[in-house]
Amino acid sequence: MSNTHANHGAVSADSSRYFVREHHPENGTLLGFWIYLMSDCLIFACLFATYAVLGRNYAGGKSGAELFELPTVALNTAFLLLSSITYGFAMLSSYKNNVRGTLIWLAITGLFGAAFLTLELSEFAHLIAEGNGPQRSGFLTSFFALVGTHGLHVTFGIVWLLTLMFQVGRHGLTPDNRRRLMCLSMFWHFLDLIWIGVFTFVYLMGVLP
Amino acid sequence: MSNHDHNHGHDGHDGHGHEEHVEHGDLKSYAIGFILSVILTAIPFYLVMTKAFDKSSTTAAVILAFAFVQVIVHMIYFLHMNGKVEGGWSLSAMLFTVVLLVITMSGSIWVLYHLNHNMMPGMMEQTTDMRNMP
Repeated sequence: MSNTHANHGAVSADSSRYFVREHHPENGTLLGFWIYLMSDCLIFACLFATYAVLGRNYAGGKSGAELFELPTVALNTAFLLLSSITYGFAMLSSYKNNVRGTLIWLAITGLFGAAFLTLELSEFAHLIAEGNGPQRSGFLTSFFALVGTHGLHVTFGIVWLLTLMFQVGRHGLTPDNRRRLMCLSMFWHFLDLIWIGVFTFVYLMGVLP
Repeated sequence: MSNHDHNHGHDGHDGHGHEEHVEHGDLKSYAIGFILSVILTAIPFYLVMTKAFDKSSTTAAVILAFAFVQVIVHMIYFLHMNGKVEGGWSLSAMLFTVVLLVITMSGSIWVLYHLNHNMMPGMMEQTTDMRNMP
């Protein structure tokens, strides 16, 4: 960085070259993060494939139709979808340089995310308490692996969101923070996208006779 | 140092205003995406919870189609994907991922379905019977 700074005088004559050199890392981060998301997508593809293979191996235990409560899942889906749109509002506030608005919308997003997690964890606790834990059957192993991995992503998304709220509150909407907001935006919408697959493939198709 | 970066950030933002505006999205794109998502989520839930179709396979096909459409809606309106983001690299990375995804999913399901099929208890009995034959 100090090197660029020293060259600043010499290079600024050729402004286009200076521009390209400085601008590149920002694009690089977003593209790199996108590629990370794509690799994450492959992790989920493997978990979905595992569920597709093992999803009907009940080992004499209960099936999805007996275990899943669709109203709860619908509520969870609503929470995640609402958190997606509120994150969108946070991004729109950040474009308007509205620090307060950004923080408020981020907080609402975090609350929806936390509501989603609470509901999901209570569902897991309920299943495990009734002896339908991941060790019960192949179906439940793959179910907990897939839905649990998604939940873990949401958990870390919330940790990241809180960190960013602190950063934005402390330093304002600096270019660094804007870039971080963009990355978390992609991450958060990506999680909602994976959830479409989960509720369709696991829950809705799981309760079909 | 930080001041320098800060100024630059704003310059970059303004300088690339046209290009970046497309990928950022606005209130309209988020609103359209949200409304479409609500509709595309509500219909599959309705179909399954009210048992609208008699055959499970029909319901499964329909809700998978809805999920597919909703994924595309999310891609366009929430993730702001198009051929221009990052000079098309995002889109090509995604298409490559989709190819890998299809191979992983369909390959696993296909191979293991046949494995299950060929390891059916009936099959085993048949072989033992054959062996025990005089």
